[in-house]
Amino acid sequence: MSRVHDMGGRFGDGSVVPEPEDEIFHADWHKRALAVTVACGSLGQWNIDTSRHARERLKPTDYARFSYYEKWISALANMLVEKGIVTRDELTGAAEPVESPLADRALKAQAVAGVLAKGGPADRPSNVAPRFAPGDSVVTRRPAENAQISGGHTRLPNYAAGARGRVLRLHGTHVLPDSSAHGLGEAAEPLYAVAFPSSELWAHPEHPKDEVVLDLWQSYLRPGP
Amino acid sequence: MPHDHSHDDPHALLPSDPALRVKALETLLTRKGLIDPAALDEIIDTYAHRVGPRNGARVVAKAWTDPAFRAALMEDATAVVAELGFYGRQGEHMVAVENTPQVHNMVVCTLCSCYPWPLLGIPPTWYKSDAYRARAVREPRKVLADFGVSLPEEIAVRVWDSTAEVRYLVIPQRPDGTEGMDEETLMTLVSRDSMIGTAVPEAQ
Repeated sequence: MSRVHDMGGRFGDGSVVPEPEDEIFHADWHKRALAVTVACGSLGQWNIDTSRHARERLKPTDYARFSYYEKWISALANMLVEKGIVTRDELTGAAEPVESPLADRALKAQAVAGVLAKGGPADRPSNVAPRFAPGDSVVTRRPAENAQISGGHTRLPNYAAGARGRVLRLHGTHVLPDSSAHGLGEAAEPLYAVAFPSSELWAHPEHPKDEVVLDLWQSYLRPGP
Repeated sequence: MPHDHSHDDPHALLPSDPALRVKALETLLTRKGLIDPAALDEIIDTYAHRVGPRNGARVVAKAWTDPAFRAALMEDATAVVAELGFYGRQGEHMVAVENTPQVHNMVVCTLCSCYPWPLLGIPPTWYKSDAYRARAVREPRKVLADFGVSLPEEIAVRVWDSTAEVRYLVIPQRPDGTEGMDEETLMTLVSRDSMIGTAVPEAQ
């Protein structure tokens, strides 16, 4: 079974509430949470998969009650302690902050534009040959769990586990989050867009023609009938 | 190791009020030399003022008016939007998906809130909400109804769940009655939501 973040298809959440396009931040602390998180990421002590997994590992009760940026800032605090960058006593204020050996890597204002422009491309060369081509029938892994690590990170949602779909396109070879999130290497492999009829995923699909498309790594897939 | 915490999550050592929580962490990290407040201001200014859905609207309006641009965009969106200056964090691998009289596209990230930042900016609250993440894949037509959108019965809905680092931009259909409009005018018809797939542009 997956974690609390894996909510695709869940019942009972109520209405989606639209908002105007010019409402970007709803509180000053949202801006600060975003910026602190982005700036800490540039220290180079973790990757996007590590930080996603840190948010997913928040206790279900915390994950459910926290707003978006509270999840970010809380997962960031956890990672900073896990990586030994900040101590618990520094977090509580029981200890005076000590200058970090990573301080020379701190993101400077003049470097921000370059860091944001560079981003973090996930495509990598790989010696794993594509096994599937557009049009091929495939079936996803079941259960939707990390194959190597119990409770580990994966990007196969529970709702699409064990489902039959067809390959729409090959995106190239991309870093495998299931490995990368745990410091086990980037393990790049072919990544595909795979389309699933809604009737394959839901007992009561809204419409017979509807589909859901997911981006799925080759190791999540086996040939379909 | 998944590193689960039992009762002692480090974040719980910070103040519980979120504004105070962020402030405490920011202050600590600044004193440790790990963040530069001027860099934070620069990051905020970028997403508050410089990067937003008008970038995506320009891409859509160009696709509506320039067939060669549209063809190149559908072939390799990452390269084409980079030429317009739209690239970087959370837009490293772009794919454009086009609405047609047969198919309506809609984008979600059920596992977190992945979103094409260089083209649309910071995601709106509803995109990050549990309700959208949970419902978009199972009942997209009811979600569209929350936005006041009703699709004809013959149109199929294709929902893209952004489970990898590929980011999707919906290219809505050009509304009837817009023949002869230039790119700048057309851009005003392209809302953020229409590029996520929760709105349909109309001639005003």
